[in-house]
Amino acid sequence: MTPRRTQAAKEGKAAAAKSPLILVVDDFADNREMYSQFLQFSGFRVVEAQNGHEALEKAFGHAPNLIVMDLSLPGLDGWEATRRLKADDRTRAIPIIALTGHALAGHSKGAMDAGCDAFITKPCLPERLLEEIKSMLKG
Amino acid sequence: MARRRGKVDAAERLKLAETLLETDDLATCARCALDWLGRSAGVARGLCLVGSQESPSVLQPVATLAVRSTRAQSFTLDLETHNDPLVAATVRLEASIFGRNGRPAPRTPLESSRLIAIPLHARQALEEYPIGLLIVAPIDPEIETEAKWVAGLLGPRLTALRAAQRRQEGERRSLRERTLLYNIINAVSDPVLLTDTEGRIIVANARAEVLLSSGEDDSEGRRRAVALNNMLFSSALTRRAIEGAEPWRHELLLVDPVDGSDLLFELLSTVTVDPREGTGIVSILRNVTDLRRATQEIEENYRKLRLAEADARAERDRLDLIIDSVADPILVTDPNANIVMLNAPAERLFTVDPAAGAEARRTVQANDAHFSSFVSNLFFEPGALRRSGSIGLVDPRTGAPLPVEAISGKIVSEHGEVTATVTILHDRTEELERARLYEQLKRASSELEQKVREATAELTRQNELLRRSHFEIERASAAKSQFLANMSHEFRTPLNAILGYTSMLLKGVTGELTAHQRRNLERVDSNAHHLLAIINDILDISRIEAGKMPLTLTTFDLKDLVAEVLAEVEPIIARSQLAVTSQLAADVPQLKTDRQKVKQIVINFLTNAIKFTPRGSVEVRAGSMPDGDQIAIAVADTGIGISAEDRERIFEDFRQADNSPTREYMGAGLGLAICRRLAGMLDGAITLESEIGRGSTFTLVVPREVKRA
Repeated sequence: MTPRRTQAAKEGKAAAAKSPLILVVDDFADNREMYSQFLQFSGFRVVEAQNGHEALEKAFGHAPNLIVMDLSLPGLDGWEATRRLKADDRTRAIPIIALTGHALAGHSKGAMDAGCDAFITKPCLPERLLEEIKSMLKG
Repeated sequence: MARRRGKVDAAERLKLAETLLETDDLATCARCALDWLGRSAGVARGLCLVGSQESPSVLQPVATLAVRSTRAQSFTLDLETHNDPLVAATVRLEASIFGRNGRPAPRTPLESSRLIAIPLHARQALEEYPIGLLIVAPIDPEIETEAKWVAGLLGPRLTALRAAQRRQEGERRSLRERTLLYNIINAVSDPVLLTDTEGRIIVANARAEVLLSSGEDDSEGRRRAVALNNMLFSSALTRRAIEGAEPWRHELLLVDPVDGSDLLFELLSTVTVDPREGTGIVSILRNVTDLRRATQEIEENYRKLRLAEADARAERDRLDLIIDSVADPILVTDPNANIVMLNAPAERLFTVDPAAGAEARRTVQANDAHFSSFVSNLFFEPGALRRSGSIGLVDPRTGAPLPVEAISGKIVSEHGEVTATVTILHDRTEELERARLYEQLKRASSELEQKVREATAELTRQNELLRRSHFEIERASAAKSQFLANMSHEFRTPLNAILGYTSMLLKGVTGELTAHQRRNLERVDSNAHHLLAIINDILDISRIEAGKMPLTLTTFDLKDLVAEVLAEVEPIIARSQLAVTSQLAADVPQLKTDRQKVKQIVINFLTNAIKFTPRGSVEVRAGSMPDGDQIAIAVADTGIGISAEDRERIFEDFRQADNSPTREYMGAGLGLAICRRLAGMLDGAITLESEIGRGSTFTLVVPREVKRA
């Protein structure tokens, strides 16, 4: 075992009881599960959704502490889902981190307009996402 | 003369003193003193000598006591004479006693062998020359005492009187000179003035007074004219003070206060400096009104004369010139149709060179006949003054036909008599030729016009084609960029998973790895990152080309930016073990440009420099360009360098200096291509200096302020 692993595992166990719940929304299962796996490894509880409708449903149902939202989703897309979440009293306070594979400036602007609290361009390594989540939960 | 012994009383002394003070005449004064000595002190004989006004060194008798005047008059004492005992007695302070103690008395009008000589001084001091000498006889202690006392009174009094005399004389002379001078000035017919530097009149002669001063009872007009003159005069003097030439001459226009006419003066002024009176200006006004008028008239007449003469000459010259320059033959004939005058072109047609052949002679005769018959017709038409028509002549030199247009006019005398005819022949050959050429030209011109029209139409058509093809190219380019952007997105999604899972595996999220597995996985990771870098570069280029890369202008410090870049690249620097330093000019101003783009370029320079520098150092430098409007940021390394032929190529897309498939240095080869495009967006440029094996310096030069948004 590397020292790093030991530390992460310890953190994970310590926080397991009432650790924050993260909703990961992404239609591409590999990415969604990757983030989910790493977040769990890092001691978070994780719920997943693969499209906009499911995201709304899970958000209302589980009241997560934070949502990671991919913007390009089939059907109801990430921007629209964010707008609805931010318009609802039950979910307004939940911070949303937008994720996108489009590196164009217009995407970040649109995401912020829709109500996202942070914006990350893919590729995004799991540890980078972890840092962002930690800093948002702290704030 | 009664001789009194005993003390002279004070009242008598006082009386003498009063008398001397009251008496204004030098001789009278001396006589009073001698009389008093005779009366009160018992002096028997006495003589008073006083230096004359003109020559104070020659003493002459002014008063005598009991001395014959004829004897006294011829006696003088020249103080310049040496070895004269009397002179010696005069130029001292004390009295001299002669005729006692073996000192013989000199010869004097007193004719006494014993006498007292007392010099008369202004005060009890040796002056250059004493005012005079008092000689009395006989010698006696009492007399000596009294005479000395009188001399003490008389000396200062006579000196005072002589001084007063001299002063009066001086004043008289000065008044005389003044009057004389004033009379001279007044006698000058030109106005003469002395003014102070402010232009105020100190002295003016009568003529000047007429022009420049007026009294209370003068007429209003006169007072105004005088005021105007004063103004003009002082302004001329002011100008003089400014121009300061010495002496100074200037024309001055004044008004005659008597009749109001203009008077032109020549003003001559000279500065005089008097130690007592200060600086003054002497001005003499010379009336040049008449002189000027006459000069102008003569000049005007002369000018008119010359103009008239020139006109006449020009007229004649013009006429000669016209006739000579006319290319058309001109002929003058008498009433019998005989030619009396012809110009050069006419000569060629109507006279024949004696050396010419028979053919030419015949031609001339034929011409003559044609011309004569034409002119004769004019004579047969009594009423007509003019006639024109065509004549078919022949050129005698060439034998070529010469169609001419002839115009004849009659010259009629005052009595209605025809004295001559003038005929002008106008060669129509050229006219006919011109008409033909004009036709040709018109035809050619219309052909040309047609060609131009066709060419223009063709050009328009080509332009339209070009425009369309340009539009299509633009559209294709935009489509290509859009495609690349989309593709980049499509690449990113799977890459995200590859990078993510690799990272997780390396972190041991799914358990420990063997060393071998770890090494292989690290290769996967490194290649995936490389692939991502390529995709990012391609995206950058396609964004720039699609015009989707916006400029975000902010104002920032270059110093901060360089520090930020160094901090960001720090991990690479640490790995490289190179000495990376920065050198910033102290006066680098703030930049207003796209901070992110400048940063991207500098990072690219720096990572490239580190990548291609196996050992040595890398330096980041920044400073203003000499023009002050541009900033240069350079990254200099001591690396492998770039060959001359590669220096341009490395800025092309997908190029590296080493173009082999297995490149030693990782990278898409798009970095510099992007940098060059970014620099262009910032209105800047990138330059490169390099030497193989010695290193390279990449320099970004950008305007301090990007002008457009």
